[in-house]
Amino acid sequence: MLDDPLKPLVQVDNLKMHFPIYGGLLRRRVGEVKAVDGISFEIKEGETLGLVGESGCGKSTVGRALLRLYELTDGTVKIDDYDIAHASPEKLRKMRPTMQMIFQDPQASLNPRMTVGEIIAEPLREHLKMTKLEREDRVGDLMDQVGLNRDFAKRYSHEFSGGQRQRIGIARALALSPKFIVCDEPIAALDVSIQAQVVNLLEELQETMGLTYLFISHDLSMVRHIADRVAVMYLGRIVELAPRDDIYSEPLHPYTKALLSAVPEPDPSIESKVERVILTGDVPSPSNPPRGCNFCTRCPAVMDICKREEPTFREVLPGRFVSCHHYNDVDEIAVKATAEDL
Amino acid sequence: MLTYTIRRLILTIPTLLFISFVIFLIVKLSPSDPTSNLPLTIPPEVREKIRESLGVNKPLLFQYFLWLKQFFWLEPRIYLETAFGWDLGTAGEVRLISYQTRSPVMDLIWQRMPQTLWVVGTAYVVGILIAVPIGIYSAYKQYSIFDQAGTFVSMVGFSVPPFFSGVLVIVIFSVMIPNDSFWWLPSIYDTTHQVTDWESFKFQFRQMIMPVMVLALQITAQISRFARASMLDNLNQDYVRTARAKGVRERGVVMVHVLRNSMIPVVTVIALGIPGIFGGAIITEQVFKVNGLGQLLIIAIQGGDVPTVQTLTFIFAILIVLFNLIADVLYGLLDPRIRYD
Repeated sequence: MLDDPLKPLVQVDNLKMHFPIYGGLLRRRVGEVKAVDGISFEIKEGETLGLVGESGCGKSTVGRALLRLYELTDGTVKIDDYDIAHASPEKLRKMRPTMQMIFQDPQASLNPRMTVGEIIAEPLREHLKMTKLEREDRVGDLMDQVGLNRDFAKRYSHEFSGGQRQRIGIARALALSPKFIVCDEPIAALDVSIQAQVVNLLEELQETMGLTYLFISHDLSMVRHIADRVAVMYLGRIVELAPRDDIYSEPLHPYTKALLSAVPEPDPSIESKVERVILTGDVPSPSNPPRGCNFCTRCPAVMDICKREEPTFREVLPGRFVSCHHYNDVDEIAVKATAEDL
Repeated sequence: MLTYTIRRLILTIPTLLFISFVIFLIVKLSPSDPTSNLPLTIPPEVREKIRESLGVNKPLLFQYFLWLKQFFWLEPRIYLETAFGWDLGTAGEVRLISYQTRSPVMDLIWQRMPQTLWVVGTAYVVGILIAVPIGIYSAYKQYSIFDQAGTFVSMVGFSVPPFFSGVLVIVIFSVMIPNDSFWWLPSIYDTTHQVTDWESFKFQFRQMIMPVMVLALQITAQISRFARASMLDNLNQDYVRTARAKGVRERGVVMVHVLRNSMIPVVTVIALGIPGIFGGAIITEQVFKVNGLGQLLIIAIQGGDVPTVQTLTFIFAILIVLFNLIADVLYGLLDPRIRYD
């Protein structure tokens, strides 16, 4: 996988997304929430990149910023060699068919006053010249593809269950045969049994249509199941990015270690022996992040340098990126030893 | 939906009967005397005779049932007779008579209705036409200068009563501006004016401007705030983001997704306001001397004219109950999530 010849479909460079805070009598700008603060990564064609992190670390913001549902503060995003970040609104609209999103809340993300057929057909109407009959046909096909009965097209979204609604959302996202789909916690609002169905559906669709996913989730075991590579976010930055098996078997960053040690173990005999890394304190406010490394306030292996200088995000082993001072100036063998020690 | 409407309509009958009885009691128990406006030179025994002839001394319940019979049984028959030329045997029966004018109350109401509907109805339509676009735009550009100005104007519209704003515009447009100027407007609304040609239409238009705009200011203030709040509610919804992600044009996002959903509560508020048109704008009608229903009600209250007050208030009650029902049904039609079955 390391010398994969596939070219990257999505290239993100130094993406920043700061939200202004207004306050005071005259609603002046008094600060900003640094939801995403300079992250870079690539997603190869046909690959699934898992993006994990705790609540409020900026995962969803990354997903939305990639499709420019927000105006970016800084940085570039290229999808299929188009610069999304600086495209004009009309140009951007024309590029929408290549990139789509599946939203977290399947209820709220569907217009309550439109029938399912209308919801799925709307992108077709906006972007393609089709006759009414062709459109109905395509909607029917899409509904078959995601496992919904064609006859449901005349119904409204509130008449469906959560899992079915998420299928509607997926059918809508697939309508224009996109290349890249951002799945923004698509399973978080669903029951466990339904989660598996939806994830399997997503995998199936990836196989048949050659889709590329950015899979945002806080469910580490689900990400392990679906992702090829995993990026871990903390307070607006990516702290570690690595192929899935590597990151789960041998996490490098202290935060990743803590995060993974929190995954429950189904076998009680092993569960009782698991050593948990318990982090103390709270996540600092993204409007006022600490100096130096973002994680320095809670890191169990904090050093002096961590409180002064920001670590750089660098490749320490082939395909494995980490942003931590412990890996400064160490060769490949030393990396493993350092990882053991932390 | 149909069964629901029918069930609701049947339920309105006891509601309205109860309302009519309460109105009757309130009007009757208030210390007013139908002879109090008559000249003081009339001796007490004559006054007593007048009271007797009006039937004021009869038992309360008797008077109530008489009113019920006249309003629900006699008057509809009379209107059917005049409309279709039938004979339903109403000859010789005593109609619902106003104490003050001694003419049938229903005829008075029919005479006053057109003025009120023209002035207040136009104000309502004008108010809505101004309010909805303002609401949409100020929500879309929240906290912009336009939005702030809109907030200020609606605050003025809310807080300045028509007896102030009405008199203010009269002072400006009828008094301070000389009456040969193009900008001069008549302060009295002439209800006998007939529109026959272009000139008379222009006059009608000019005399309507002030009362209509004074009323429209208040209506605009209310509805634009409501439309704005409702738009803001929907603008941040997830499905709006979905629509943008689909690549729908911005215009389509606002007009199709946001507007259609946010008009649901606005339409119901508009429907609920319609009975108010029939009720007339009591104060504004007084200020501009529009002899509409509002003015009729005021005069009737002052003169202790029980049948007129009772009938007018009851008609308002019917309209309110009816438009409540219409608003509920509209809600069900507009929002697919609501089904009455």
